[in-house]
Amino acid sequence: MDKIRNLDELNAIKSKAAEVVNVRVEGKDNGVKDVLVCGGTGCTSSGSMKIIEKLEEEIKLQGLEGKVNIIKTGCFGLCALGPIMIVYPEGTFYSKTELAHIPEIVESHLKNGIPVKKYLYAETVDGDTIKSLNDTSFYAHQHRVALRNCGLISPEHIEEYIARDGYQALNKVLTSMSQDDVIDVLLKSGLRGRGGAGFPTGRKWQFAKASQNEQKYVCCNADEGDPGAFMDRSVLEGDPHSVIEAMAIAGYAIGANQGYIYVRAEYPIAVERLEIAIKQAEEAGMLGDNIFGTGFSFRLGLRLGAGAFVCGEETALMTSIEGNRGEPRCRPPFPAVKGLFAKPTILNNVETYANVCQIILKGPEWFASMGTEKSKGTKVFALGGKIHNTGLVEVPMGTTLRTVIEDIGGGIPNGKKFKAAQTGGPSGGCIPPQHLDIPIDYDNLISIGSMMGSGGLIVMDEDNCMVDIAKFFLEFTVDESCGKCTPCRIGTKRMYEILTKITEGKATMEDLDKLEKLCYYIKDNALCGLGQTAPNPVLSTLRYFRDEYVAHVKDKRCPAGVCKSLLAYKIDPALCKGCSLCAKKCPVGAISGEIKSPFKIDTNKCIKCGVCASNCKFGAISKS
Amino acid sequence: MVNIKINGRDYSVPEGSTILEAARLAGIKIPTLCYLKDINAIGACRICVVEVKGARSLVASCVYPVNEGMEIITNSPKVIESRKTTLELIISNHKRECLSCVRSGSCELQELCYEYGIDENKFLGENPAVDIDDSAAHMVRDNSKCILCRRCVAACAVTQGIGVIGANERGFATQIASAFDMNLADTACVSCGQCITACPTGALHEKDDTDKVMDAIADPEKIVVVQPAPAVRASLGEAFGYPVGTNVEGKMIAALRRLGFDKVFDTNFSADLTIMEEAHEFLGRVQNGGTLPMITSCSPGWIRYCENYFPEFIPNLSTCKSPQQMFGAIVKTYYAQKLGKNPEDIVSVSVMPCTAKKYEINREDQSAAGIPDVDITITTRELARLIKKEGIMFNDLPDEQPDSPLGEGTGAAVIFGATGGVMEAALRTAVWKLTGENNDSPIEFKEVRGVEGIKEAEYDVAGKKVRVAVASGLANAKALLKRIKAGEASYDFIEIMACPGGCVNGGGQIIQPASVRNFTDIRADRAKVLYGIDESKTLRRSHENPDVQALYKEFLGEPNSHKAHEILHTSYKAQDLYR
Amino acid sequence: MAFKKSAVPFSGTAEQEERLRAVIAEHKDDPGALMPILQKAQEIYGYLPIEVQTMIADAMEIPLEKVYGVVTFYAQFSINPKGQYKISVCLGTACYVKGSGDIFNKLQEKLGIGSGEITPDGKFSLDACRCIGACGLAPVLTVNEDVYGRLTVDDVDKILEKYN
Repeated sequence: MDKIRNLDELNAIKSKAAEVVNVRVEGKDNGVKDVLVCGGTGCTSSGSMKIIEKLEEEIKLQGLEGKVNIIKTGCFGLCALGPIMIVYPEGTFYSKTELAHIPEIVESHLKNGIPVKKYLYAETVDGDTIKSLNDTSFYAHQHRVALRNCGLISPEHIEEYIARDGYQALNKVLTSMSQDDVIDVLLKSGLRGRGGAGFPTGRKWQFAKASQNEQKYVCCNADEGDPGAFMDRSVLEGDPHSVIEAMAIAGYAIGANQGYIYVRAEYPIAVERLEIAIKQAEEAGMLGDNIFGTGFSFRLGLRLGAGAFVCGEETALMTSIEGNRGEPRCRPPFPAVKGLFAKPTILNNVETYANVCQIILKGPEWFASMGTEKSKGTKVFALGGKIHNTGLVEVPMGTTLRTVIEDIGGGIPNGKKFKAAQTGGPSGGCIPPQHLDIPIDYDNLISIGSMMGSGGLIVMDEDNCMVDIAKFFLEFTVDESCGKCTPCRIGTKRMYEILTKITEGKATMEDLDKLEKLCYYIKDNALCGLGQTAPNPVLSTLRYFRDEYVAHVKDKRCPAGVCKSLLAYKIDPALCKGCSLCAKKCPVGAISGEIKSPFKIDTNKCIKCGVCASNCKFGAISKS
Repeated sequence: MVNIKINGRDYSVPEGSTILEAARLAGIKIPTLCYLKDINAIGACRICVVEVKGARSLVASCVYPVNEGMEIITNSPKVIESRKTTLELIISNHKRECLSCVRSGSCELQELCYEYGIDENKFLGENPAVDIDDSAAHMVRDNSKCILCRRCVAACAVTQGIGVIGANERGFATQIASAFDMNLADTACVSCGQCITACPTGALHEKDDTDKVMDAIADPEKIVVVQPAPAVRASLGEAFGYPVGTNVEGKMIAALRRLGFDKVFDTNFSADLTIMEEAHEFLGRVQNGGTLPMITSCSPGWIRYCENYFPEFIPNLSTCKSPQQMFGAIVKTYYAQKLGKNPEDIVSVSVMPCTAKKYEINREDQSAAGIPDVDITITTRELARLIKKEGIMFNDLPDEQPDSPLGEGTGAAVIFGATGGVMEAALRTAVWKLTGENNDSPIEFKEVRGVEGIKEAEYDVAGKKVRVAVASGLANAKALLKRIKAGEASYDFIEIMACPGGCVNGGGQIIQPASVRNFTDIRADRAKVLYGIDESKTLRRSHENPDVQALYKEFLGEPNSHKAHEILHTSYKAQDLYR
Repeated sequence: MAFKKSAVPFSGTAEQEERLRAVIAEHKDDPGALMPILQKAQEIYGYLPIEVQTMIADAMEIPLEKVYGVVTFYAQFSINPKGQYKISVCLGTACYVKGSGDIFNKLQEKLGIGSGEITPDGKFSLDACRCIGACGLAPVLTVNEDVYGRLTVDDVDKILEKYN
C-alpha cells in the first residue's frame, strides 16, 4: 500500500474497502458470500485453521471460486462453541464445526443458499426461522465498543480496519486538535484504565505531558497474565490496528515519538497479527515519520514477555523492557515522571487503548453516556469456569453480575447451584450470591472485596471449595512473586502453607487468625500493587465463606468435597450389588469384598482418587 | 527546604530528602536493612515502612521523597506491628545459629529482632535447602542466613562493576548466587570482600584463619612474626567501642605482642620498601621508554581484576609485589639470614584490612625463598575476634612500638591505606629523586587525596610533566581504563585500589552497620587517621626510612637490582574465568 | 553450590553461533536488548545452556550472572533442553476447576518425571503452564503445537500413545 498522505486519500481507501466489509456490516448482498472463520486462539486450538483449508479445497472442488471470500477473523466471543464460522450476508452462525460438515455446508449453503440448520448454533434456530446471532441471549445484552471489529474484519488487512473508520481518529487528532484537546476529551469521557486499578486515563496522559523531557515513551500493557482472562488477546488478534492507532494518538498527546507493546509470548497469534499490523501501518504511513504530513512521527516496537505474571505491573513491565529481571520499582517517581529508560512514560492496557479512537470520533459525551456515575463505557469480561457460554463478553459498566452470568453466560451447567464469581484474577476476590445484583463497576467491586482487574470472570458452583480456590490463587501468587520484597516473597509463602494446613485438616483457629493478620500485613506492606492485592482471594473468601474455613479447621471437613485429605469414600451397603468392579478399578487395592455382598473401602489404603465412585453403576459409592 | 510533620511535630528539611533522611535530621532513626546509600535504594525489605497521610499503604521511607506539607508517622502501632511481622517473616526463613554466628553482636537483623521483641517461632515453614559455598580462598557464602537485601549484589555490581553474584530464580526460590550456581572460585570474583562488609547478617563472611595463627604461636619450633597493614590501625578500635576514625596503632602493637607473636613488625616498613622499588621502576620506565602509564600493584583485588577483565593492561602493571608480599619475602630471606634460621622455621603472618590478601598469599611467583612469602593472613575483623577470645583487654592496653629491624615506617608508608596514598608516597620519592635528591622537594600532594572515585593531577617535575590518576573502587577503575583504551585520557602513573576509598575501607575491616554507613563517610574518617599519623612523623619520605636503607645496604644493593627483582617483584597472567 | 550446568553436553554448531552473533549485532544499539536476544537464542538453540549465555554476556559486555539472573526469572527460558514432545498442561483457573490438576498428576505418574523435567530418552518433557486462553476447551493440554481439549484423566493414555 502507498503512503496515505491526507484525509482524502484515507477516505478513498475507506470507501473502496467499505464495499467489501459492508457485506458483513450491513448484510448487503452483492452476490458474494463472506465466510468468516474465527482465527482466535480458542478456535485455532479447536482446529479452525484446518476448517479454512477444507473450505478452500471444497470451494475449489465445487467451482465457487470468486463467489466466496474466506476471511480469518479474530475472536467472536463464544469460545466454547469453536470452531466458529459465520456466513454473510445472512449472518448465519455455525458452531463446533467439523471438517466433515464442510462439503455439505459449501454445497447447500454457499452454492444453493440453503443454510444447514443442523450445524448451526442451536440458539439461533427457532423452528423454521434462523435468528441473527445478535438476537441470541449471548449477544443481545452485549454492547461492543472495544470489540466492535473483532470477528467482523480481517485483522491482517489494514484496509478493512480503515473501512471501519480506522485512522480517522488519528487524522482528526493530528490535523485539528491540540495535545491538550486530546487529553481534555479523554478526561471528559471518564475513561479509566482497563488493566485493573482503574486510574483515569486522561489524568495519566496529563501528567506525562506535563513532564518536560525530549524523550518520552508510550507503552501498551499486553501482558495479560490473570489466569482465565483473554480480553486483550482477543482485541490484539481481532483488531490490532485499534491499539496501534490509539498509541499514536497517545504519543501525540504526551509528546512521545516511540512506543512499545509488551505482549505475552504465550500469545503467538496476537504477536503475529501485531507484527503484520505494525508493518502495514508503517507502509501506509500511519506509523513512522511525518504522519499525514503533519510533522508528527511515531514508531512502535514489539517486546515479548517471557512468562512472568509480575510483568503486568507497570514498573515491572518497564524494567523488563529495559532487559532486566521484571521486578517492580518503588513509586514515586511515577512512570509519568521517570518511567521506561528513566524517561516520562505512559502505560495503558490493550482494552483501554481499544476505546480511545471511538472516544475521539464519537465524542466524550457518547462514551460517558454509557456506564455508571464513576465508571464510564463498557467492559470486556472473559467468562469462564462453571458456565454454559464460556467466552468473551462486552457489557456496559453497571450491568449486573446476574445478567452476565445468567443471561449472557447461560447459567451454570448440570443444574448446579451458583456459589461465587471470581473477578480480578489473583488480585481480586470471590463474589457470593448475595451480591449478584450489584451493578459491576470499579468502585462497587472494591467495596465488596474484589476488583475489576483486567476482566477475568470465573464462575464457581457448589462443587468448588472456596478454601481450595483461595489456595489455588495463593499458589499462583507464590509461584509468580518476583521475590524482591519480604512481605510478598515470604509472606505469601507462609499464607500458602497455612492454607495447605487448613485444606489438610491440620490447622487450628489460631492459624486462621494468623492467616487473616498476614493478609492485612501484606496489603499494607508489599512493594507493588500485585503484592498488595495478593491476599484478596483469601480475604474475600474469609469474608463470605468463613464457615467453610471453619469447617475445615474445626470439623476437619470439606463441605464441597474437594480437599482430598478430608474426604472419605464410602460404599453404601444398601446400594452395593457386590459386582466387584470398584475393587478391580481401584489403583491401590483398597477395596475388598465378596461377590454379591457389599464391598468395603479400607480408608487407610484409599488415596481418594475417586475412580471407584465414577465407575460404580449403582451409585453406591459416595464421598463425605 | 520543605515543611513536613513527623509524628505530629513540625520540621523543615532539605528538598529532595527521603523520609529516612528527614527523620534522621529530626533525631529519629528509622530501621533499615536493604538500603545502602548511593548503591542500593530498592525499597525491598520493607523494614523502614512509615505511614504517610493520604497514602494507600505504608511506604518505604528509604526511597520515598518528602514533599511540602507531608505528614509522616514513624511509630504508630500499625508501623511497629508491620516491622515486627517483617522481621518475623525474615527470621522464619533464616538459619538461627545466632549464639555462635560470626556476626553475633554485629548483625543488623539480630539487633532489630531484639529491639522489636519478635516472636522467633511465629511463622514456621519451608526453608529452601542451600549449600554453603566455601570454594573461594577468602570467604564463605551461606545463603541460609541471607535475607535477600541485595546489598552484596550492589557492592559487587555497582561499587565494583563486577557482578559475579546476583539474584537468581524468583519468588520464594530467589537466591543470591553466581551464574548457574557455580562456585565463587570459578568466577571472576576478585576477592575484594566488599560484599562481606555490605552484608547485614552472617550470610557472607571471611574465612577464619585465626586458629592457624594460634597453632603456629603454640608451636615452640616456629618463630612467628606478624605485620599489621597501615589501614588496620585506623579501624581495629571500632571493634572495641572506639568511634570510627580512632588511631589505635599503639594498642594494636601491644595486643599483637600479647597474643604471643615472637616479633611484631609493621607493614609500614615494606610499604616504604615498595616505594623504593616502585618509584625507581617508574623512573626507569620513563627514562628507558618502558610501558606507560605504569599502574600500581599493591591491591590484590585490583590485580586479579586486571588479569580477569583487562589483561591488555598487564604490561602496565608495576612488577612490584604488594607491601604484604615484600614483607614476607624479606622475612623469609633477609631476616631469616639475619637470625641464622631456615626460612621454613619462620611463620610469616599478616593482619590486613583485606580479604583478597587471603587469595594473594597463594598466588604463583610469590615465594622468594622457594616457600610462600606469607603463610597466614587474617583480616582486621579476625584480629579483633582473636583479641577478644584471648581475653586481652584491648582498651586498657598501653601504646607500644613495633620491633626492629622491620618495624620502622615513614609517613609515606602509613598513607598507603588511603586512596591516593601510594601515589603521594611515590611522588614524594620520585620528585625528590628527579629534582636532584633535593630535600626541600614537596611532601604533600593534596590533589590526589580524598574519597572521590577518580582523581587526576598533573605535576611539573624538574621541567618534566607527570600526569597521574588515582582510582579506587573497581567500577571507577573500569571507567578510567576504558577512557584510556579509547584514547580519551592519557597518564604516566596510575594508582588503583580495588576498594572504594582504598584499604581503610577494605573488605577485611571492621563492619559498620548501614545505620552508620548511610550517614557518615567511614572512608574519610579512617583516612584522616592515616594522614594524621603522617603529619606527626619526622620522616615522611620512604627513602628516609633507616631500616629500609639498612636493608639495601646490607642485602639488596640498589633499588631494582637483580636481587631486588628476584625477591621483591612478581609476574601476572591473564585469567580465563566466568566473568 | 551445585553447578547447574545442563547434564546434556552442548552440541551447538558453527552455523548456530553465526546466527546468534547476527542477532546480537542486529540488536547492538537497541536499548534493553537482552530479552529479545535471549528469546532469539532460545529459538536457535532450543534452550539456553551456559555456553550460549556466555556468548551473549561476552558480546554484550555484561556479567554472565546478569544474563543468568534474567534467564531464571522468566518461566519461558530454559537452561535444560526440552523433549522431542513438549507436553504442557494448562493449570489456569478455568482448566483447574475442571480438573486439569488430576490430568497433570496422571502425566507425572505415567512419564515418571516432574514438572520441568525431561524423560531420560529425551522424548517427553512436561510442564505446567499458565492459561493458554483456550478456556472454552478446558481442561486443556498441548503437545508441541497440538492442542487437546475437554479432557478427562482417561484421555491421557490415548494421547501419549500417539507419540510413542
